Amino acid sequence: MSMKFDRPMNWKELPAGCLIDEAATSLRFKTGDWRSMRPIWDAEKCIHCLFCWITCPDTAITVQDGKMTGIDYDYCKGCGICAVICPPKASAIDMVREEK
Amino acid sequence: MKTIAKTGNEAMAYAMKQINPDVVAAYPITPATEIVQIFSNYVADGEVDTEFVAVESEHSALSACVGASLAGGRVMTSTASQGLALMHEILYIAAGNRLPIVIALVNRSLSAPINIHCDHSDTMGSREAGWMQLYCANSQEAYDSLIIALKVAEQTAVPAIVSTDAFIISHAMERLEVLEDEEVQRFIGEYKPRFSALDLENPKTFGPLDLQDYFFEHKRAQIDDFSKVLGTYNKVAQEYAELSGRYYPALEEYKTDDADVAIFTAGSTADTAKEVVDGLREQGRKMGLVRMRMWRPLPVEEIKAALGKFKAVAVMDRSDTMADFGGPVFLETRGILYDAKKKPLLTDYVYGLGGRNIDISDILRVYDEIEQVVKQGKIDKLITYLGVRGEE
Ligand code: SF4
Ligand code: SF4
Repeated sequence: MSMKFDRPMNWKELPAGCLIDEAATSLRFKTGDWRSMRPIWDAEKCIHCLFCWITCPDTAITVQDGKMTGIDYDYCKGCGICAVICPPKASAIDMVREEK
Repeated sequence: MKTIAKTGNEAMAYAMKQINPDVVAAYPITPATEIVQIFSNYVADGEVDTEFVAVESEHSALSACVGASLAGGRVMTSTASQGLALMHEILYIAAGNRLPIVIALVNRSLSAPINIHCDHSDTMGSREAGWMQLYCANSQEAYDSLIIALKVAEQTAVPAIVSTDAFIISHAMERLEVLEDEEVQRFIGEYKPRFSALDLENPKTFGPLDLQDYFFEHKRAQIDDFSKVLGTYNKVAQEYAELSGRYYPALEEYKTDDADVAIFTAGSTADTAKEVVDGLREQGRKMGLVRMRMWRPLPVEEIKAALGKFKAVAVMDRSDTMADFGGPVFLETRGILYDAKKKPLLTDYVYGLGGRNIDISDILRVYDEIEQVVKQGKIDKLITYLGVRGEE
């Protein structure tokens, strides 16, 4: 049985036990929607040290070929760790308030 | 079928051997220690195929059982008293995940004060955890009930606790009829789990976070599954009766047909009360006994029908709710009878806490007093603490 996620299921449709009938379903849940602060990355200032990548608790820093390429706002929760860890000389990440 | 002599603990260990579970994870606790001690001998002697997991606490024991059951195994454990209290958190997790684990339990009071003897406060304190509960009156029943409970649990995906009274049953040697190993295996059948965490072809997510949007639906579904337990139990108990000649209804009635009054109680005390009833009947007094065997789920309609026909009933509770309103059996029975068309006058006797002896004269007193209630047509004392010093 494959579970449907297009609408909330009622209790009679759920598989027995609180199991989810497939694996890695968390990929489908965008957890970035409760962010109140948004990190803004400045590509010009970035020295690609990847401190932000290694410390981000939500794996929201995207990297390609050893270079930082941006922030995945679907999963970034706005904690600001990346902005704090970014070396002061680079200061490539700014935290700004989310627009409503 | 052969006849042997065994204590309650030996009988339960023997039933576990014949069930031959895939995994047993357990931690010793008086007075249930023997059950897994004897069972571990079966493991060491190669008489079972079980993976025996020795753990560092009851919390870990039931946690290991949860893991083994999620992996698709047939799983059992054993505990008592504080051990069950330490398992409390995991009881809910096993039930919520629909894992048909079976606990062979010995009822012992909960500390403080510390005590190793019988009362029912341990399992009564876990009655909202989503486990089927069967209270046994003797070793024979304990043996039979483990086999029945395992089958009901696996058919309904509801875990089960089967219990005996500390020392009174657990350590008393009794004559007992047992089935052959193959008969037990045929009766319980091969366990076909609904899912397995080891099924790598079909990976699933177990135990995920479940918040405001789905938790209630999952609980509602669990409650619905629980409502099917009694029906399945009745069917399986019938099948077991055909195999063994021993039938165990969820609620047992003894000499109740023409009785005006009855005692409603559980466990070994019910067997003692049968002796008393026999004596009273010889004197021509119309008195009976109703024995509560299954207390989760509650056999609501059965209780209504059984108790509704008496003029007065004395509930005998071997634990207290600390609600200033007597014991749990009394409290719930009152609730059940609330909308019954015919209902008896109902009183409660809390007795036997911490293994305080209950003998024939105590039970006779209860029958005398309940007869008095009928004569007066009213109850003078709703809740009596029976056999405690300082009490009238
Ligand atoms: S704000 Fe937090 S979650 Fe978002 S990218 Fe930076 S470290 Fe990751
Ligand atoms: S920590 Fe700052 S400089 Fe280093 S990669 Fe991240 S954004 Fe660039």
